Amino acid sequence: MAVPKVCGLETEYGILVRGADNNPVTASALLINAYTGAAQEQVAFDLIAEDPRRDARSPDPLDPYEFDPELEYAPVNAVLTNGARYYVDHAHPEMSTPEVRTPREAVVWDRAGEEIVRESLSAAQLLVPDGAELLVHKNNSDGKGNSYGCHENYLVDRALPFGKVISAVMAHFVTRQVFAGAGKVGCEFPGMPWNSVGFQLSQRADFFEEEVGLETTVRRPIVNTRDEPHCDASKYRRLHVIAGDANMSEVATFVKVASTAMLLAAVEDDPAMEMPALATPVRAITQVSHDPSLKAAISTYDGTTVRAIEVQWQLYEIARNWVERTGGEAVGVADCTLALHHWESMLAGLESDPALVADRVDWVAKQRLIDAYANRHQLDPGSAALRAIDLQYHDMRPSKGLAARCGLVSLVTEDEVEQAKTQPPESTRAYFRGRCVERFGNEVIAANWDSMVFDIGTDPLRRVPMDDPLRGTAELVANVIDNSATADELVAALAEPIG
Amino acid sequence: MPDRIQRKKSERQGEEVTDAETSPAETPALDDLDDLLDEIDEILEENAEEFVRSYVQKGGE
Repeated sequence: MAVPKVCGLETEYGILVRGADNNPVTASALLINAYTGAAQEQVAFDLIAEDPRRDARSPDPLDPYEFDPELEYAPVNAVLTNGARYYVDHAHPEMSTPEVRTPREAVVWDRAGEEIVRESLSAAQLLVPDGAELLVHKNNSDGKGNSYGCHENYLVDRALPFGKVISAVMAHFVTRQVFAGAGKVGCEFPGMPWNSVGFQLSQRADFFEEEVGLETTVRRPIVNTRDEPHCDASKYRRLHVIAGDANMSEVATFVKVASTAMLLAAVEDDPAMEMPALATPVRAITQVSHDPSLKAAISTYDGTTVRAIEVQWQLYEIARNWVERTGGEAVGVADCTLALHHWESMLAGLESDPALVADRVDWVAKQRLIDAYANRHQLDPGSAALRAIDLQYHDMRPSKGLAARCGLVSLVTEDEVEQAKTQPPESTRAYFRGRCVERFGNEVIAANWDSMVFDIGTDPLRRVPMDDPLRGTAELVANVIDNSATADELVAALAEPIG
Repeated sequence: MPDRIQRKKSERQGEEVTDAETSPAETPALDDLDDLLDEIDEILEENAEEFVRSYVQKGGE
């Protein structure tokens, strides 16, 4: 049985200070502090259980790993009442959504993250020197060879061999950019001239050098083997996905997450399932990205060639059959129906006339702006104005952002997004985390994905483990939290069985 | 929830989503490209060349 596809999105935003010292670490800290200082007491995120060097290919996930944990330098690291983690990752502000139970919820909390970043930006703008300006972009590249990620994570059954996980997603990660690519002017592939590609599907495709690997900052792999389950490692994996763009389109985010979750669930339910296999995925991911005509022929494992959209149709059929067989409960029944509808209609639109999907596919929406603007002003491909449009598509300033102006359809409501800025999802342990921060913020010493540490006034500090992402839900703990006046009472009540 | 999809009518949209509802347009429909280009002329970074040159990020993740 496929395990419930608890999932999340981890988005690193581009950040820039104009007219003053441009230190991205300081600027990121300023941005986040401007929000957390204004909105709530900051609860620290605790890094004790972070094992970014643990490799999914290691035969025993519980074996001591050979590397020291790479403790991140995180000068600002906050846990929000909505269960999210908002922090400085290297030189970028990063928003990790709370764990959610469905792809639609992933969109709601990803959008809430955007709105939190926008609020941070307004607040931080008051704190920069006169004449200076802070800019934040939800993109993945500066056009000069530097990339930062929009990662996804999915709960996967530990019993599924990692080789099966790879086969479930490899062809998808190479080809899903046809609908999930955010678009980019120019080429950043090492060794290729910048202007050798006028416009490509993906922000990220130029940066992948390996099929499978542990790294995320150098020699990036299409399938990342980082094995940090942040939960009971004997039961679960948490697939960490680095091969994707940050989307401005809600529908693109939704189908990106839902399609990946459905394919993982399909292979969990039937590990013998034959998945499309590509001969040279690393070469193919750039081939596909560099060809907005969508005609590129990529090599399959059995010696034929195929177009990315044809691979997508195969994957769509696999997902659809899985939903027909199982009802789609592991991903969310309503989510599957809606995702299959959008997935099918985006692929059909891309095949007949991409303009049909300019309201859902970021690269099509962006390319349409760039082509029309170039045409109006007789601009050469790759000219500065077109590169500025590319950047401004992702600009978080409401006065400047182009994505909000080009007719993308919504998937979720403004009310849902507004609520999700402060409230956690109800169907995962993020509920417990968020509610505890909201209600007992002063007594929460540290929070992590899989535990919370409380100071209840007497030694020692109390750590509450949250090993199962599907517990700590509103159904299980809402009453206990509501009925506890202090963290002391909460910890005492949790010692009783709560179902 | 399918009933929460907001979707604008567009003549260029060949197929209709049966469970969709039409929301009041706040963003331009697909056909209003000229208006949008006018707006881009207004809000595009004034010195695009300088803006693009100065946009340098550190690698992340």
